[in-house]
Amino acid sequence: MRDTINIDGRNIPFEDGQTIIEAATAAGVYIPHLCHKPGYSPHGSCKLCTVNVNGRNCSACTFPAASGQTVLNNRRDLTEDRQRLTQMLFVEGNHFCPSCEKSGNCQLQAVAYALHMLDNHFPHFYPQREIDASHPEILLERNRCIFCNLCVRASQEKDGKNVFAISGRGINKHLIVNSASGYLKDSDIEIDDQAVHVCPTGAILIKRTGYQIPIGQRIYDHQTISEAALQQECADGE
Amino acid sequence: MYEYLETAEQPENLKRVAVDPVSRVEGHGKVSLLLDENNNIKQVRLHIVEFRGFEKFIQGRPYWELPVLVQRLCGICPVSHHLAAAKAIDQLVGIDPATLPVSADKLRRLLHFGQVLQSHALHFFHLASPDLLYGFESDIGKRNILAVLGDYPDIGLQGVKLRKYGQEVIRMVSGKRIHGSGAVAGGMNKALSRAERDYLLEDIAQIINWAEAAVALVKKVHTSNPSYYDNFATIRSNYLGLIKPSGALELYHGGIRVKNERGETLIDQFDYCHYTDIIHEEVRSWSYMKFPFLTSLGTDMGWYRVGPLARINNCDFIDTPLAESARMDFKQHADEAIVHSTLAFHWARMIELLHCAESIRLLLNDPDIMGAELLAKGERRFEGIGVIEAPRGALFHHYQVDENDIVTKANLIVSTTSNNMGMNESVRQVAAEYLSGRELTEPLLNNLEVAIRAYDPCLSCATHAVGKMPLQVELLDAAGRQIDHLTRHSNGKFERANQ
Repeated sequence: MRDTINIDGRNIPFEDGQTIIEAATAAGVYIPHLCHKPGYSPHGSCKLCTVNVNGRNCSACTFPAASGQTVLNNRRDLTEDRQRLTQMLFVEGNHFCPSCEKSGNCQLQAVAYALHMLDNHFPHFYPQREIDASHPEILLERNRCIFCNLCVRASQEKDGKNVFAISGRGINKHLIVNSASGYLKDSDIEIDDQAVHVCPTGAILIKRTGYQIPIGQRIYDHQTISEAALQQECADGE
Repeated sequence: MYEYLETAEQPENLKRVAVDPVSRVEGHGKVSLLLDENNNIKQVRLHIVEFRGFEKFIQGRPYWELPVLVQRLCGICPVSHHLAAAKAIDQLVGIDPATLPVSADKLRRLLHFGQVLQSHALHFFHLASPDLLYGFESDIGKRNILAVLGDYPDIGLQGVKLRKYGQEVIRMVSGKRIHGSGAVAGGMNKALSRAERDYLLEDIAQIINWAEAAVALVKKVHTSNPSYYDNFATIRSNYLGLIKPSGALELYHGGIRVKNERGETLIDQFDYCHYTDIIHEEVRSWSYMKFPFLTSLGTDMGWYRVGPLARINNCDFIDTPLAESARMDFKQHADEAIVHSTLAFHWARMIELLHCAESIRLLLNDPDIMGAELLAKGERRFEGIGVIEAPRGALFHHYQVDENDIVTKANLIVSTTSNNMGMNESVRQVAAEYLSGRELTEPLLNNLEVAIRAYDPCLSCATHAVGKMPLQVELLDAAGRQIDHLTRHSNGKFERANQ
């Protein structure tokens, strides 16, 4: 008999080395997340996957599954915390969904819908962030960066490069580019790099392709982020 | 004309009356009047009191965002902004109207006809019909669409359903009734499916019938009291709009034609990409809206009107039979080459509504409308200009981008801007001919709004008040003391405070 953890009253098997979110995903249980992606090293920065394990809150994407754990996930208090965290992500950047080309395909927008976020709650910061349009094929739209670090990890772990990094602290945190000028055009990024395609929001985009997917055919037009995540991530995990 | 009423010679010690905001129009504006001790009107201005700033904040954005971003200017005519911007960014990827794929061109036209149809229906039935059916100075409680639905249910429901059909056309082509996508640089992002085409064809015969009935209704209203309708708010002006090469009415793409007040053609088949050679804009200190004018005639004589009346006046014919018949009927009503009656905007608007319905049927039966070849690309350019006939008139979008695809400069001449002088003149005419010397009352002040409403102004975006926006009128004596104060609350109730 395999070891199990219990999530919201359901016993779920896990394998040695799996995190709670990996075991949950494999069993078809969705835990909201933004900085987690199967196949990438855990980062634990967005905190949306916070679950309660044996009475303590922890990040499901970094916490190893262990026999006998009682995990609370789909709980009102946790959902409210996740909603507040998502609201903070919206007000800390400049996210204007109505005109954003990632709308309908954006994980931040989709997770906000999934958490029934109806307003931003907090005052907007309206930070001044620079757009880097210097590269002929790739646009870096820092206004939409949520510091999930996925592009940093993708560049290092998947592309064998080191194009991106997060610099600064607190409110001054920002995405930087590893090149002499600091601009994307002078980096060694290429359009087929995974770092270009991994962004969960609209911060890293392929130029001149926006809005070409019609409304109704975008990822989250016909499925929720939980359905899409479980479908995609189960496939990625296999 | 009435330009002498723009600025009073001695504004000191004049009473000030303000209609603020103007209701049953899109956006926010106010009318201010200055009166002497005998209530003789000395100054009248229509002020546009809000500032949007789109031209500034789209700078720094990638150009492909423009059609989706700028359509947020409006919730009534977003498709017009969407398509004008799309026509402009087509040029950035080397595509002109002649090289746009045929199916993309026809899909955009279908989208646009749907948009003009719904916008015209909304304006005529929801916003203007209470004035026309009940009278300009009728009971305030009657001047709204709900009263029309109660007293004239057939007319009211036809208006609602006409608008709904136009919205459905928009939804089928762009994915949403309001603020969809659809047009992208060099074409469209989705073909019309057979199921969508068939769905729209189901109701088109009924829509055309209702559009014909709308033309008959507005004609009946106009001709029931012809001298009043011909003269109220009426001014003589130049008219500007796009025109087909054949001289037919055109809403999506054509050359610029300008006629003067005598009907003489001053400019014809002019390439709108050179619009800055013929049109300049003047700024006046008291309004956020500019005053465009024809450079050849100067600021005093060069102002012009746009929109349905301009288009029907300017065209030689309409290439759909029912609308052409209605146009000929309309032209016979006037005893000169041009119809200047401001209230005839409504009549012209319904003729266009009929033309849109007929054109939608033609396009839905055209096999090209379901074509799958929708995108084209040419040689890169750095400047794009798109002009379209929006429901309210010629709409200009002009952009420049840098080598990194970022917008560096933008200029928009929105339809209502072109009607700025016309609306001011019409308001002054009503003030001078109908209000001056009389004690001002709420029904009397509605005359000013009726004049503005005829133009269907889109003062900024899409806030519809349906006659219940809060309104305050202050009456000051010669020393500036308030002697009367009238408030209309948002629930429609009036409160008068004599002080």
